[in-house]
Amino acid sequence: MGKTMVEKIIGKHAGKEVVAGELAIVDVDLAYVQDWTGPLAISQIREMGFKELKRPERVAIFIDHSSPSSAKEIATSHIGLREFARNTGCKLFDVGSGVCHVIVAEKLARPWDLIIGADSHTCMGGAFGALATGMGSTDVAVAIAFGKTWLKVPAAVKVEVKGKLQKGVYAKDLMLYLIGKIGADGASYKSLEFVGETTENLPMHERLVLTNMAIEAGAKCGIFPSDIKTKAYLAEYGREGDYKEIAPDPDAVYERKIEIDASMLEPIIAFPHTVDNVRAISHPDCADVSIDQIYIGTCTNGRFEDLKVAADILKGRHVKEGTRLVITPGSKDIYQKAMRAGLLDIFVEAGGAVNSPGCGACPGAQTGILGDGEKCLSTMNRNFKGRMGNPNSFIYLASPAVCAISAITGKITDPRRFI
Amino acid sequence: MIQKGRAWKFNDNISTDLIAPGRYAHLRSNLPELAKHTLEDARADFAPNVKKGDFVVGSRNFGLGSSREHAAIIIKMCGTSAVIAKSFARIFFRNCINIGLPVIEVDTDKIDDGDILELDLQKGVLLNTTKGTSFTFPPLPTIMTAILSEGGMVEYLKNHGDLVLKA
Ligand code: SF4
Repeated sequence: MGKTMVEKIIGKHAGKEVVAGELAIVDVDLAYVQDWTGPLAISQIREMGFKELKRPERVAIFIDHSSPSSAKEIATSHIGLREFARNTGCKLFDVGSGVCHVIVAEKLARPWDLIIGADSHTCMGGAFGALATGMGSTDVAVAIAFGKTWLKVPAAVKVEVKGKLQKGVYAKDLMLYLIGKIGADGASYKSLEFVGETTENLPMHERLVLTNMAIEAGAKCGIFPSDIKTKAYLAEYGREGDYKEIAPDPDAVYERKIEIDASMLEPIIAFPHTVDNVRAISHPDCADVSIDQIYIGTCTNGRFEDLKVAADILKGRHVKEGTRLVITPGSKDIYQKAMRAGLLDIFVEAGGAVNSPGCGACPGAQTGILGDGEKCLSTMNRNFKGRMGNPNSFIYLASPAVCAISAITGKITDPRRFI
Repeated sequence: MIQKGRAWKFNDNISTDLIAPGRYAHLRSNLPELAKHTLEDARADFAPNVKKGDFVVGSRNFGLGSSREHAAIIIKMCGTSAVIAKSFARIFFRNCINIGLPVIEVDTDKIDDGDILELDLQKGVLLNTTKGTSFTFPPLPTIMTAILSEGGMVEYLKNHGDLVLKA
């Protein structure tokens, strides 16, 4: 019987053949935490009595959620994270480095890897043909100290996308459409395996959007086969040697198949307060939605190409009076590329506020907390009530193109006329 | 052991942002303080009034969103006996087991806010004494049962020294 990609990867790491539904104990290739989940993981490692890490070179700590720190308590917890990295020899990505998942994509994720992170969007690493999944601090503590975890082999949902995305329509729109179609728990406990001509043609920065948001449909992971584009991306970061091929068997068994014709898609907006509450931009609900703040960045859409799309729209224009534009590049590398390409200048000229790389306004504790009753349109991956620090505010999700043009008009706007 | 308490009913899609809001991230190093804000954005009356033994009763997809284990920890710190829902988001479910907080899947449409519930975890039975109804629920995988019954993952690893699928 043919195998899905997750069955192959889990089988390799369990040292035995597995099928969906089975439990397995697996070796972990990369375990990581961020500054909001790391302190608890470290105290659990101590509680369990571990003094040494099995493979410190495959453990990473990221200071990205409150970065630079936003409160004295957080600054103090950062000290503990730095000490742990020093004492154990694991990798540390300190203030200024960027969002954990973005850096994992640039520097650490490899095809065939099994990756566990104490952050729900760890699933983004699946774009490389890895099994990457988020867990809580205690599970990741076990993986950090022990190099192992246990998991259930997820049943796979095959997402087959055909047709070409229209100009001005992106992977973000495709993913919001898919989540709207199957619901916020539509893939709970499952793996989303992305195949088909459209996804094959998507560049890596767009594949990463799809796998990033797999969790927003409840999935354990999202995964792509590896190919020439994976190889080129790894090569761009000096990691060509990390490339390996992975693909599902032609007769792999899927629990369900979802077919999408990408050519029919319009830009999609997720309305407050759930990601599956979506509307196509031509829907009457999208007319005249005034926006107080635009936020462009995050692990979902804070890559160079996203900033480029936004800059091309913002160039020579100015943000509408009464609307604020906040931009946070996903990583140091992206920040520097954007700087060298003149994008940061365009943002600042247009009236935007550019922050240092990290999670920025996304998790709701700094640099862009919303006021009572305010509406934010963002490239983020989730719009839960209170997400951006105020339960009395409203978050809408969209692509970088929709966000950029809406910054100029001050209301939700279709970007297709402007590209 | 039978646990008894009142049901605190919640809607579908209770996110970890509602359970442990990001704006209190600085309190993660002070869990008793953080626990005072448990579920605050979903029901502000919960944390000040919940009593030891009470139950958090969600609906569909309880605990979706971030991986923050603090969400499970502070629900437990409030004295909650168990979280009961129609369905759970997977990271939250696993976190609850790891910290020794029972999670139970039953049809919570049949439980109203304020109903008195009795839980017998060993037998796999939940009674709604207010309505005179009962629910049975299937046992967890062996490894989860072991982690839960031994008080969480830390105790489990201390006891076994390793992960074992069949204890
Ligand atoms: S950018 Fe937002 S979603 Fe991504 S890791 Fe940071 S807080 Fe989480």
